[in-house]
Amino acid sequence: MLLSLLVFLPVLAAVVLVLWRGAPVRLVHVVWVAVSVAEVVGFVGLWIAYARGAGRSGANPYAFDTDRAWIPGAGSGYHVGVDGLSLPLLAMTAVVFTAAAVYSRRESRDPLQFAALFLALETTCLGLFVALDLILFFVFFDLSIVGMYFVIAGWGHGATRAASALKFFLYTFVGSLALLLGFIGLYVAADPHTFDMVELTRQMPLAGHGASATLVLLAIAVGLAVKTPTFPFHTWLPPAHTDAPAAGSAVLAGVLLKMGTYGFVRITMPMLPDAWRGLAWLFVVIGVVSALWGALVALAQTNFKRMIAYTSVNHMGYILLAVGAAGLLGGTDATARSVAVAGAIVQMVSHGLITAALFLLAGVLFDRGGTYDMDRYGGLAAVAPRYAALTAAAAFASLGIPGFSGFIAEFQIFAGSLPSATVATAIAVLGILVTAGLFLIALQRMFLGLRRDGRPFADLTGGELLAIGPLMLLSLAIGVFPRLVLGVIDPAARAVVVLVSR
Amino acid sequence: MSVLPWLLVGLPATAGLALLVAGRRAEREAAAVGIVVAGVVAVLAALLAATVRGTTSVPFLVVSRLGLRVDGLAALTAMTVGVIALLVLVVALGEISAGRWRFFGLMLVFVAAVMLTVLADDLVGLLAGWEVMGATSYALIAFSWTEPKAVTAGSTALLTTRAADIGLYLAAGAALAGTAGMGGSRLGLSRLSVLPSPWLHVAAAGVLVAAAGKAAQLPFSFWLSGAMRGPSPVSALLHSAAMVAMGGYLLLRLRGLLAAAGWAATTTAWLGAATAVALGAVALLQRDLKQLLAASTSAQLGYVVLAAGLTARGGAVQGGAAQFVAHAATKALLFLAAGVWLHALGTKQLSGLVGAGRRYRLVGAVFTVGAASLAGLPPLSLWASKDAVLAVARGQSLPLYVAGLAGAVLAAGYAGRMIGVVLRPLPVDAEARYDTEAAGTRRVRAVERLPLAVLALAAAALGVLELPAVAGRLGVALGQGDRVSPSWGELALSGGLAVAAVAAAAWRGNRVPSPRWALSWFGLQAAAGAVVVRPVLGLARLLARVDDRLLDPAVAGVATGTRRAARLAARLDDHGVDRAVERIVSGTRRLAEFARRPQTGQVHQYYAQAAVLLGFAVVLLLIVR
Repeated sequence: MLLSLLVFLPVLAAVVLVLWRGAPVRLVHVVWVAVSVAEVVGFVGLWIAYARGAGRSGANPYAFDTDRAWIPGAGSGYHVGVDGLSLPLLAMTAVVFTAAAVYSRRESRDPLQFAALFLALETTCLGLFVALDLILFFVFFDLSIVGMYFVIAGWGHGATRAASALKFFLYTFVGSLALLLGFIGLYVAADPHTFDMVELTRQMPLAGHGASATLVLLAIAVGLAVKTPTFPFHTWLPPAHTDAPAAGSAVLAGVLLKMGTYGFVRITMPMLPDAWRGLAWLFVVIGVVSALWGALVALAQTNFKRMIAYTSVNHMGYILLAVGAAGLLGGTDATARSVAVAGAIVQMVSHGLITAALFLLAGVLFDRGGTYDMDRYGGLAAVAPRYAALTAAAAFASLGIPGFSGFIAEFQIFAGSLPSATVATAIAVLGILVTAGLFLIALQRMFLGLRRDGRPFADLTGGELLAIGPLMLLSLAIGVFPRLVLGVIDPAARAVVVLVSR
Repeated sequence: MSVLPWLLVGLPATAGLALLVAGRRAEREAAAVGIVVAGVVAVLAALLAATVRGTTSVPFLVVSRLGLRVDGLAALTAMTVGVIALLVLVVALGEISAGRWRFFGLMLVFVAAVMLTVLADDLVGLLAGWEVMGATSYALIAFSWTEPKAVTAGSTALLTTRAADIGLYLAAGAALAGTAGMGGSRLGLSRLSVLPSPWLHVAAAGVLVAAAGKAAQLPFSFWLSGAMRGPSPVSALLHSAAMVAMGGYLLLRLRGLLAAAGWAATTTAWLGAATAVALGAVALLQRDLKQLLAASTSAQLGYVVLAAGLTARGGAVQGGAAQFVAHAATKALLFLAAGVWLHALGTKQLSGLVGAGRRYRLVGAVFTVGAASLAGLPPLSLWASKDAVLAVARGQSLPLYVAGLAGAVLAAGYAGRMIGVVLRPLPVDAEARYDTEAAGTRRVRAVERLPLAVLALAAAALGVLELPAVAGRLGVALGQGDRVSPSWGELALSGGLAVAAVAAAAWRGNRVPSPRWALSWFGLQAAAGAVVVRPVLGLARLLARVDDRLLDPAVAGVATGTRRAARLAARLDDHGVDRAVERIVSGTRRLAEFARRPQTGQVHQYYAQAAVLLGFAVVLLLIVR
């Protein structure tokens, strides 16, 4: 019950806000931030309780679970619960939404609806990560797309925002249909028919059905790959980000992309293990191509926000590499593979924090200068030292410098993937060089050298610092004390490796 | 095992980060904080060297704890780094007058990263220290961030060394692959040398590449040239005891891995010797003092690298370590002195520094001591340490020894040139040659003198590390069993060659050619630009175009295709299905009208119709039957 309350509290607050039409703007923002902070506190508390072994019964790996009948005729129930895979993502989601809330203090267009929309969106994201039923998962998956559509179309900037929003919506919606097709395949193959994820993981309904298992896996994988996104399904991402408001981009990149990668470790690997192992090489290849493609195309960008969007493709590529390598069993040991999976999960959390920070920083840039074109700036470090320093820190975190969470993620991904996919890993690791190059170029273009013109550029305000600073501090904390998150992630990664090896 | 090693990393890291976060608010206190913390670190490092041996670790990753290990080599190196960092920061007090919070903050973080690199007992900690060192070096080299060339030089340094760092990532993967099924810290450095093939060779290659990058060995040397755009104190620390020297240190530390892989040790030895010769030649022909010193750093570290690769007769780790320490003191001294002149006279061109040693006598004196040590003049420190390495090399391979000796002659040459230049009488037009880089202050601060004197003393006296009694004990502390001492003949040969080369070069002074290949360091940077950077940038633009003009339109094409199909379906609907339905309707209506026609309401017509129908029925019946 507690878990469901935490998941639905934001949408309840959203309903209250919408019904309470005449609420003063300041109060709306206070409510929004308060609910977001409450979510953070709630999930951190849940995490601590989970780490101490609370909320679990017997052999059930999921804590704080609720399983109620929902659509019994279709074999679907309201089944939610958390484990070491979902908890870090839930906490990260709550943190990113809080940062978005704090950042949006000065949103002037329909602030009430904006707040309500984000609160509702938060529920869909949290709901997806706690869902233990495929239909429930699918419902949250699609609702998140709808919510983000309105964020981009309603509060975006740029003349093309409606088109970008529509492209985002249609592309990921079509992807979700493939996902649904795969889910139905799993349902039909299960005996008795069910959409329950725990039951499907136990049954592995398509084990031994080579071709049909592969088709079902491909359907689900295409749906998840569009959302992640991986090469070649990534072209919706740059326009969506460029036209989205800063807070929307932070949530889109920080949280929504993780729905795709989470689906790989939560659904495909445990439920279709033999098909996954059969296609593992494909995921490794897609991972390597995405990592290098994303990094190289990002290198060619002149638009700061578009560049960050492409680095997401690069970072998600590493995750694909790791989960693919975890499916290549020949000649490697389970511990090494679990290192790769642990790296992938840390990467989801780490990328959420760092990229959310980068997108909010991009928002500051647009707010001050009215453009994302890096060449229009220069020498900003002189007039906005705090902004320059924080952006530099976020850039270095994103390029994987030790001390920040990205290193903990990428080091584990590379070290853990190399034993099973040696050549692929050796190629993918070149990506860290390209990302280093592109961020150094970006920093040089925007902040260093001499100022191009005398236009004023105000430094970070206290509110902006309060929104972005904590994201970087958390990344730093994970980078220096990785046990903070690995304590729950390591066993979860181990479990995924065991499940996919069955 | 005490908390001391952790303090050595944690203290400068925390203090440095605090300065960086505080920003301009800490401008006034930054120098004091920096120097006090560096002082504490130096004391702690000495304490560590005196009292602590062993390993300490904390849980980190599932396959590896984060460990620090203090052995003889690490203790000696940590102490060297601590002392030199302190002296450099004291001198920086005179040179860095603005942005102190940034300078001292970054320097402290840098020192923390170096300490972690020195003490790390596993690949995670090593890589962490290693990469943070690279990142802070970027920020330090680009300290004057309004100058695009300084920023570009910082980027070049970071990107070049990071390209080499990829070797360490691969080595970590190899370590994991090679310890399948084993427990404990699988990424421990001590485990690398017992990895099974092929992982042993992957790890050795990765470590070798990473170390060569940091140590500015061939072909990575070029980044060091640009790095001279950083402030002189930065050069003095990064290119003497830390950063560059860490490459040599890593190879010394992992000499067991190199030896186990066989080919790697040989390659390392030859790489070091080749760099000593090639960059020695580059150094000899420079026009710019800092460029000369930078090239000489690569060349001198070549002897450390050479030592790490020697395996004959118990190896040369003692000589390598002595070379490391002696070079650190010598080179820090020379960079700092060059910086003092640059600050006072506004030039670092050798043509402008003629007689500089006479103008500022103390600086001239310590600089001469440093240069004499660099030249390998007996009985100064680098003469002794270099010969300790060369003695082992001679036992292993005569060509290697000859190459090393050639490098030593070149070193004597470029050092002799420096001596000859700065000790010449001041030319009458001296003032006209100053201020080529920036306006000089024409004075040397008191605060700069003491550290220079200390370093000069060290550069001169560290030769004691090679006195048989000291060297034997040092060798034991570094884990080297039987030590090969250079014979009197070898010592006399190298000493004699050095004296002759110094004399000749000092006499020639600035009358040496500066061919383009030397000024451009063999064009290595241009080559890297042509072979790596430009193709990658071109590929990036190409892929971006593919994204924008092929992939994206393809997706959009699916959408337009769908809309076209929809329009077609709509037309089919309007003109096909709908029309057909309408036709059926109108047809039916016409049929109905036709069917209504017989219903006239007149009885005679009904009779007639019935009669006709009956007639038809009869006919039909007859036919069918």
